Amino acid sequence: MFLHVDVEKKFEGFQCRVDFSLQSEKCGVFGPSGSGKTTLMHMLAGLLQPDRGIIKLNDMTLFDREAGINLPAEARRVGVVFQHAHLFPHMSVKKNLFYGLNRIPVQQRNIDPEHLISVLQVENLLNRSVAKLSGGERQRVALGRTILACPHLILLDEPLSGLDGMLKYQIIPHLRRVFAEFSIPMLFISHSLEEMRLMTEEVLVMNNGLIENQMSTEELARTKLGCGGRGYTNILRLESPEDLGKLLSYRWGDVPLMLVKTEKPAAGEFALNSRDILLFKKHPEATSARNMLPCIVRKTYQTDWLVGVELDCQGNTIITEIVPQSLDELDVRPGSEVVAVFKASAIQRLY
Amino acid sequence: MSPLSPEDLLAIRLSLQVALTATVLALPVGFAVAYLLALTNVRGKAVLEGIVNLPLVLPPVVTGYLLLLLLGRNGWLGHFLGLFDIRIIFTLRGAVIASAVVGFPLLVRSIRIGLEGIDKQYIQASRTLGAKWWDTLFTITIPLCSRAILAGTTLMFARSLGEFGATIVLAGNMPGVTQTIPLAIYQYTSTPGGDSMALSLCLVSIVLSFAVLLIGEAANRKLSRR
Repeated sequence: MFLHVDVEKKFEGFQCRVDFSLQSEKCGVFGPSGSGKTTLMHMLAGLLQPDRGIIKLNDMTLFDREAGINLPAEARRVGVVFQHAHLFPHMSVKKNLFYGLNRIPVQQRNIDPEHLISVLQVENLLNRSVAKLSGGERQRVALGRTILACPHLILLDEPLSGLDGMLKYQIIPHLRRVFAEFSIPMLFISHSLEEMRLMTEEVLVMNNGLIENQMSTEELARTKLGCGGRGYTNILRLESPEDLGKLLSYRWGDVPLMLVKTEKPAAGEFALNSRDILLFKKHPEATSARNMLPCIVRKTYQTDWLVGVELDCQGNTIITEIVPQSLDELDVRPGSEVVAVFKASAIQRLY
Repeated sequence: MSPLSPEDLLAIRLSLQVALTATVLALPVGFAVAYLLALTNVRGKAVLEGIVNLPLVLPPVVTGYLLLLLLGRNGWLGHFLGLFDIRIIFTLRGAVIASAVVGFPLLVRSIRIGLEGIDKQYIQASRTLGAKWWDTLFTITIPLCSRAILAGTTLMFARSLGEFGATIVLAGNMPGVTQTIPLAIYQYTSTPGGDSMALSLCLVSIVLSFAVLLIGEAANRKLSRR
């Protein structure tokens, strides 16, 4: 995907002026409420006309004030997943899903509906009224509806912010799986660092209607460690699951890990937040935590709020956080040996 | 013996015919005006709104007289229509126009409230899914405000059934031609010994209006269950 945006929109008391180019398939727009994220999204989707500038998506000019080009929303092929799903209440789930697909010429339909429905696991919901869906189901159907319209770019406007923590973790795997499976470029809009980390690779940081920064999501997550009490989300690829009764054993590279058994054992990606990891100078003899990993400190870095510690765990990388006092007391510095300890319940499945 | 004379039955038929025609003709125009007022940013909305609501606050007789000035033989629109041999005053067309104009604000007001109540993101979602504006209008906007359209239609139909002041000025009170139920009742009340006949038509009027409201409510319930 290639997206170039250089636009300006003035409102009374607020101005949104953005100029950026993106090439990554998984991009994000990160910023606090009122920073201009939704204004930007509306301009991209053709729901709001900029005062000046240009918007190009791949080889198509969506908007060019000087050339007098302003493609209407229905001609842009830019899909939107709204914060509150906005499924059409007078239609069934199936009619919602096929609304966009039925408006695309047959030769341009490049998504197999049956496959998508199965990936999103909404087969059993097709004939239901949308009023009878749960929050998570609504977002899955909204995502499916947008994808079936075969867009060149999908804008996700804080699609998880209306869901509670548990539900969020149930939806994220669907989102990740769908975008991995169908290779659709996306722009994920959120004020949640964790969501940004899990969903995107490159991110635009917005504030006061301006792009403050453009960086990799990894860099953003490290920089913002501790901001607002948020941690860094480590993403672990776990293999070779083994059922141990109430626990599951996985291999993280050569490192064995224990997880709480909440579902059928299956390899995949899992999340571990830096807040859930304790550092010990020596191996704790007796503890309820099931995971105790001897590590070597690769590096430490100071953020505005905490100290980030990058650990080498038998070739795997993991990031944890400590306060500056702990850094001195434990004498944590590059090369020193520590034990990272976390509970089996601290690891959550992503994909 | 039937308590209703053949003229009364004709007045009932004319009333229904006038109310139905006025409602059917006013509905698309009323929807368009409500759409303009609720969902667009056209200039002069306040003026348009004032003109639409004028018949609601003016005495119906005044509305009828203004229509007479406009559509009469010497009125500018009446003169123009006269060139095509189309006569409005003292015809059934006049009765339909009078009913349509007087009931119009009720229709527009109901539909406008319905349109304003639609979350705009449904419309935006439809457009980003590839629907053109008219496609969105028929598949999203109209279904989402169908209850308001029904409420406005019911109100307008009921109002048209009872329309008197503007009709008598514009269409006159000619039995079998322009005499609707209210006009027939008026004639009975000004005729010696016509009280019982007036009462019979009053009862018919009550039954018809009640039936319209019941049908409207039943349809509303059906729509709300969807």
